[in-house]
Amino acid sequence: MNDTKKKNIEEVRLMKGNEAIAHAAIRCGCDGYFGYPITPQSEIMETLMELEPWNTTGMVVLQAESETASINMVYGGAGCGKKSMTSSSSPGVSLMQEGISYIACAELPCVIVNVMRGGPGLGTIQPSQADYFQSVKGGGHGDYKLITLAPASVQEMADHTVMAFDLAFKYLTPVLILADGVIGQMMEKVILPPFQPRMIEEEIREKCPWATLGKPKSRKPNVITSLSLEAEEMETINIRLQAKYHKIEENEVLYEEFSCDDAEYLIVAFGTSARVCQKAVEMARAEGIKAGMLRPITLFPFPTVAISNHANKVKGMLTVEMSAGQMVEDVRLAVNGRVPVEFYGRMGGIVPSPDEVLKALKDKIVKQQLVIN
Amino acid sequence: MTVNEIINPANLVYEKPKVMNDTPMHYCPGCSHGVVHKLIAEIIEEMDFQEKTIGIAPVGCAVFAYKYLDIDWQQAAHGRAPALATAVKRLLPDRLVFTYQGDGDLAAIGTAETIHAANRGENIAIIFINNGIYGMTGGQMAPTTLVGMKSSTSPNGRTVPLNGNPLDITKLLAQLDGTCYVTRQSVHTVGSVRKTKKAIRKAFENSMMNKGTSVVEVVSTCNSGWKLTPEASNDWMVENMFPAYPLGDLKDL
Repeated sequence: MNDTKKKNIEEVRLMKGNEAIAHAAIRCGCDGYFGYPITPQSEIMETLMELEPWNTTGMVVLQAESETASINMVYGGAGCGKKSMTSSSSPGVSLMQEGISYIACAELPCVIVNVMRGGPGLGTIQPSQADYFQSVKGGGHGDYKLITLAPASVQEMADHTVMAFDLAFKYLTPVLILADGVIGQMMEKVILPPFQPRMIEEEIREKCPWATLGKPKSRKPNVITSLSLEAEEMETINIRLQAKYHKIEENEVLYEEFSCDDAEYLIVAFGTSARVCQKAVEMARAEGIKAGMLRPITLFPFPTVAISNHANKVKGMLTVEMSAGQMVEDVRLAVNGRVPVEFYGRMGGIVPSPDEVLKALKDKIVKQQLVIN
Repeated sequence: MTVNEIINPANLVYEKPKVMNDTPMHYCPGCSHGVVHKLIAEIIEEMDFQEKTIGIAPVGCAVFAYKYLDIDWQQAAHGRAPALATAVKRLLPDRLVFTYQGDGDLAAIGTAETIHAANRGENIAIIFINNGIYGMTGGQMAPTTLVGMKSSTSPNGRTVPLNGNPLDITKLLAQLDGTCYVTRQSVHTVGSVRKTKKAIRKAFENSMMNKGTSVVEVVSTCNSGWKLTPEASNDWMVENMFPAYPLGDLKDL
């Protein structure tokens, strides 16, 4: 068998979600990873340090002195048109918000991974989804949005890493992979993405004419900045950003449906919650309750239209999150009062069980409908 | 002798560096920034490094450094320039990467980034303008403000019980194994300008030879913030700043 054939055989591996991100980053031609240890995502940097990609692809891996430093290293790398990324967990991502706001305004492509844990404060190290607001509503200062991907499996941790870089360079914007401690820590089968070479400098100069690689005589200096002292100028930048976010909303919505065709009751959940809810839907179906589930894969852009369409067909919706109820606000905005939208969640690092979700579906939605009817 | 006879290349002893842009000056008359900017432009031109240099601008008066030098720039968040420079240099190891930072940026909000970049021995040059005050925000107390020195947030003069001690961060940086060249200079006389130019050139050469981090502190004036004339500022600096921040090389490996 020749080498090409060997490479083409899909190689199934067993690994943690965090490890899958590290492998996928190397394979998709990432130029630089800058991070700071925090549970439950430290395996990302540990795996990279173990794999020593600087000896193979030339990728730079550096442990920074803080999350503040690592996100600003990402800014520096992204400003050179290099595929740059960082990863952290909730408290660390809070510390990065300054840098994220600057990167969004400077319109630089980069990937940020948040493997969420229970908060607020130092919180717990167990999985949570309570950073939804921070991720999709801004987080840092000013009017900006992050494309937010919500993986629900180890396979998606790998796939979303590749997709995140593609989206980041397509729209020149930071892309957030919003995972949680379960997806980061659990081991599953994964088929890693194929190797892509890192961009050579000529390629970067062509694809990223704004990159600061050194100024040839033929062009004006490239300046990466987020500063405009003139309000009119700053408003123009804001208008441009909003137009970009609008385009992202039009083109990049991703979601998955499960048992939705004849569903009378819809559960909306992402990430780990969606895995729990899928089981709850199966249990409901076994009891004769026509339940279905919609899993947003992109949290921004949010699948507003898809949820709105379901509001015309189902009797009620239940949003399930590992938080006090954050995404439920966006579901309610999409439904706009047409059917009841209830919430069930656990906080502080607790993962709800399928039984709990099924009970909540019955108590909060199904039984209420019977009362109304 | 006619004018045209005088204007011939043999008689040319000084000209504006080509790396310097024609930008309306935003720095106050008497400010040290302009001199240091010009020196950097001259050195980049002399080293023929215009196409290979990436400057990292700070937050503070020098936030607009990128308007003056005809090179690629990144403008960092307050204090974060050494983190940006770290990534730029590691990803583009054959480029000249320098940060240009003031005392508030480098020695207060960016202390961690400064110390850790220097301690890792990043192959970058750090140009540090120390005028003991926050110029751009209107003359507030800086980490390097001298005891007794008045600022808008120490209107009766800095006191140790209330404000703590001035931070000699350059001395601290000289202690770190990652730094190869740490020097303190000024630009208030022709002689001192020449010494500073030599120091910055050495810092740039060090970073291209991967010798580690070079730090050039320039003890500077902020006549607007100090509320003195440019001339009186120079005298005040010599009398008060130099005893606290003595000039010379702190480390030269």
